[in-house]
Amino acid sequence: MFQITIDDTDEQYACSETKHVLAGMQQLGKKGIPVGCRSGGCGVCKVRVLEGEYASKKMSRDHVTAEEEAEGVVLACRIFPQSDIRLSVIGKLNKAVNR
Amino acid sequence: MAMTGILRPGHVQLKVLDMEESLKHYCEDMGLLETDRDDQGRVYLKCWDEQDKFSVVLEPSDRSGMDHMAFKVATEQDLLRFESNVKNFGIETTRVAAGELNGCGERVRFTAPAGHTFELYAEKEQVGNGISTTNPAPWRRDLKGMEVIRFDHCLLYGDNFDENVKFFKEALEFQLTEQIVDGDLQIAAFLTCSTKAHDIAFIRSEESGKLHHASFLLGSWEEVLKAADIISMEDIPHEAGPTRHGLTRGKTIYFFDPSGNRNEVFAEDSYVYPDSPVLTWHADNVGQAIFYHSRQLVDSFMGVTS
Repeated sequence: MFQITIDDTDEQYACSETKHVLAGMQQLGKKGIPVGCRSGGCGVCKVRVLEGEYASKKMSRDHVTAEEEAEGVVLACRIFPQSDIRLSVIGKLNKAVNR
Repeated sequence: MAMTGILRPGHVQLKVLDMEESLKHYCEDMGLLETDRDDQGRVYLKCWDEQDKFSVVLEPSDRSGMDHMAFKVATEQDLLRFESNVKNFGIETTRVAAGELNGCGERVRFTAPAGHTFELYAEKEQVGNGISTTNPAPWRRDLKGMEVIRFDHCLLYGDNFDENVKFFKEALEFQLTEQIVDGDLQIAAFLTCSTKAHDIAFIRSEESGKLHHASFLLGSWEEVLKAADIISMEDIPHEAGPTRHGLTRGKTIYFFDPSGNRNEVFAEDSYVYPDSPVLTWHADNVGQAIFYHSRQLVDSFMGVTS
C-alpha cells in the first residue's frame, strides 16, 4: 500500500498499486478529488502529481494533452501508484444545473 | 401505417479509448452482440431484439464521447424531405456514401444547433433478432450480462438550447413530451419521434456537443436490479440507482463504460400519443424530477459529460 496525499487539503489515504488513485480515495470515503466517470473520459479528476511514481492508462485527449501528461498532469482515475504520491487538484465539477 | 417520417434512434457511434475493454463492457456485461468490424477498426454491435445489423458502433479514439447519433427514416422520400427541412432551417447537410458504415445506406449528415452531429438514413441491412418469424420464441437463450433489449435514446448537453429544440420540433418533426422549466427558461427538453417517452433529450449547457448518456432498454425492474448486481460484480463505475426518474417514470441505473461514456439501462417508462399533453417539472422540484425517491441531485450526474 502507498500513501496518497492531496496537497490542497492535506487529506491522506492508502492506495494499493492495483487500484487507481481515485478509487483508493473513494472506497475509504475520503474526499478532495472530484469524482466523475472514473474511466478517463470526463476530466473532472484532473490532478498534478507533485511527487511520486505511477503507472497510467489511456486518458481522453479532450482533457489531458500529451504535453500535460508528460509533465505529470493526469486524471486520478487513470494512474496506479508505484510509490507514495503527493498531488494537487486541478479538475472541478461544473455546477449542477445551468440556470 | 401509423408511424412515418423518422422512426427511431438507429445507432450511436461512441469513441472509445480501449477496444478490448469496451467490448468486454458492451458485450459480456451489457449483453450486446458483435455483428461486424471494419478496416477503420470500428466494431459494430446490436442489442438482441433489434432487427437491423447494428445500433452501436465503437470507434477507436484517443478521446471519449459521441461521434454521431443516427435516426432511421421510413423511406427514401422521407430522407429527401428531412434533408430539405434541415437545409430550409438554415443548417448545412452533407451526404455520407452508402457502405461507409458496413450495411448502412446513404446517410444525410448535419450538426444541430447544440453542437452534436446527427445523421439520417433510410436503409440498413436487417439481420433479424435471432428468433424465428413464424411461431416466434419470446426470448433468446444465448444472451449475456444485462441482456439489453434495444438502444433506446441519448441524453445530450449543449448550448444554443432553444434553437436546438426548435430545430428538432420544426425541421425533424419531433414532439416535446416532457420538460423542466425555471420560470420562462426551459432547461431540459424530452423529445420523441415515436410514442416513446423520449427518443432524445437535451439539457441546457454552456458547453457544445456533449454526451450525457446512451441508454438501453430492459424488460423489468427485476432486470434493473440484476444490472446493478453485474455493475458491482464487474467493478463497473456506478453512479446512481437503482431508482426511479420522475421524468418519464423510468426505473433506472447509471454507470460508465471503460472510456467514461455514461450508460443507462432502464425499464417501464411512460409513453405518449400525438395528442398527449406536455408534462412539466419546475426547477424547484428538479431533484424529484430526476431522482424521484431521494429528491436530491447527484453532483457528477449533473456535471459530468463526455
